Amino acid sequence: MAADYVEWLRREGRIVIVGASLAGLRAAETLRAEGFAGELTLIGDEPHEPYDRPPLSKSVLLGRASPHHTELPHRREIDAKWRLGVAATGLDLTAKRVRLADGDEVEYDRLLIATGVRARPWPKEEEARLDGVCLLRTREDAADLYRRLKAGPRRVFVIGAGFAGSEVASACREMDLQVTVAERAGAPLVGALGGVVGAVAADLQSENGVDLRTHVTVTALEGDGVGRVRAVHLSDESVVEADVVVVSLGSLRNTEWLTGSGLGAGPRGIACDAGCRAFDFRGIVTDDVFVAGDVARSPHAIFGYQFLSLEHWGNAVAQAETAAHNMICHGADRRPHLWMPAFWSSMFGVNIKSVGVPPMGEELMITQGSLAERRFVGVYGHQGRIVAAVTFDNTRWLEFYQRQIERGAPFPVEYPTVDRRPEGRQPVPAAFPDPSLPTHGPMVTLSGYSPADQQLVFHPARH
Amino acid sequence: MRLVVDLNKCQGYAQCAFLAPDVFAMHGEEALVYDPHADEEQRERVARAVAACPVQAITADGLTRAAETREASDGR
Repeated sequence: MAADYVEWLRREGRIVIVGASLAGLRAAETLRAEGFAGELTLIGDEPHEPYDRPPLSKSVLLGRASPHHTELPHRREIDAKWRLGVAATGLDLTAKRVRLADGDEVEYDRLLIATGVRARPWPKEEEARLDGVCLLRTREDAADLYRRLKAGPRRVFVIGAGFAGSEVASACREMDLQVTVAERAGAPLVGALGGVVGAVAADLQSENGVDLRTHVTVTALEGDGVGRVRAVHLSDESVVEADVVVVSLGSLRNTEWLTGSGLGAGPRGIACDAGCRAFDFRGIVTDDVFVAGDVARSPHAIFGYQFLSLEHWGNAVAQAETAAHNMICHGADRRPHLWMPAFWSSMFGVNIKSVGVPPMGEELMITQGSLAERRFVGVYGHQGRIVAAVTFDNTRWLEFYQRQIERGAPFPVEYPTVDRRPEGRQPVPAAFPDPSLPTHGPMVTLSGYSPADQQLVFHPARH
Repeated sequence: MRLVVDLNKCQGYAQCAFLAPDVFAMHGEEALVYDPHADEEQRERVARAVAACPVQAITADGLTRAAETREASDGR
């Protein structure tokens, strides 16, 4: 019977994809490429066809691309019904229906959830409404920020020195704008890469003229008489005047619409099995609901089957392809999502890339290049094996380290190299911050073993 | 035309920046910035960049990467 159902589904079933961004689009293309001939509906809360976000904080702010034209190329025709500009507001698992903001309901036979994340807003609403207080996630955000930067503000203030915040600061310096960056931790990028690499990022910012303030938090945004932001108050009691404030405090997963649906969905995302099938809140896998992209948390064999939440471009693509494949094939033909976490960023002319799960590492070893030259490979170790690597302007080596991670190669690394550097090739503590202190939030989150567990589980530098 | 570069794959060989300099540019030694919405008149140059990319990282509307052509002829 099950086989018949899959044949029927492929021929004339109804598949609904909630989320019309990178993951939603690539899933739709994969469904068609693998022979799905039924009815396909894409639902997206933004009124635009799927567009790419990484350029918004890079090419767009550097003036090399229009914020309104980062639409993703299509790999093939997808012959879908588009419901754009209308958010999904609810899910009825029993009736197999998605409720929409306009009151409409869409029935499905199989559902893919790819609702992604949104920018975490400044928590004080009144201050967040001040003119000049910006977020950077959507194309409208990017257009607004670019316009404000082009207008030549006297100073830009960036709250949070994660990748997005650091990229904004970099763009500001390219435009010769004064910029202050405030970070709660001791350095930029520490949540994602730890304190040792963070210190390199800090030097990079300072040398490029960024006024970097660490170990501080923003206590208040001050407006003028007509509702424009004019100053930022810090926890060290200093006050910085600024015309533009960019709130870059990481992101929130778009799962609120699933509250009460019975799915295992929460602030850390939607738990799913290695085949992208969503769990319900009891930890039982569902048959007809799949998850992909930033909103998913799925167990990964290479990382001890811990659930990983990955805000990575490449993960959205790979997980969408796997989910779509698994949605329309028989059980034995299903594939696990085993994509190796990987991301990139560039700031101040330096290319930063990573594979694996750096925050899992307790120790870091610089295996090639040197921190001082800002051109290096760093390898992260956890319980005697390599779990991640990061490169600054050394991307061509990354693939080698990816293979090392995949085969569980020992840490400290044992292969000899001719690359003897001042660091002495000794492991040092990677210096990830205490997980109980909030930072901008790493883009890779280890989120525990139980599918119903919504807690952040983090491996601190020393147990 | 719409285009996207898989920057996980990109290794900064800069072939695209030589072949279609109005669309692709190196930023620093190995970081790439590009315009995801190239003018139609750039199509020929973008096509050369897509074909020349050593790691096949560029996807553009209406242009097929060599790897995909191979996959297609393999019957995949």
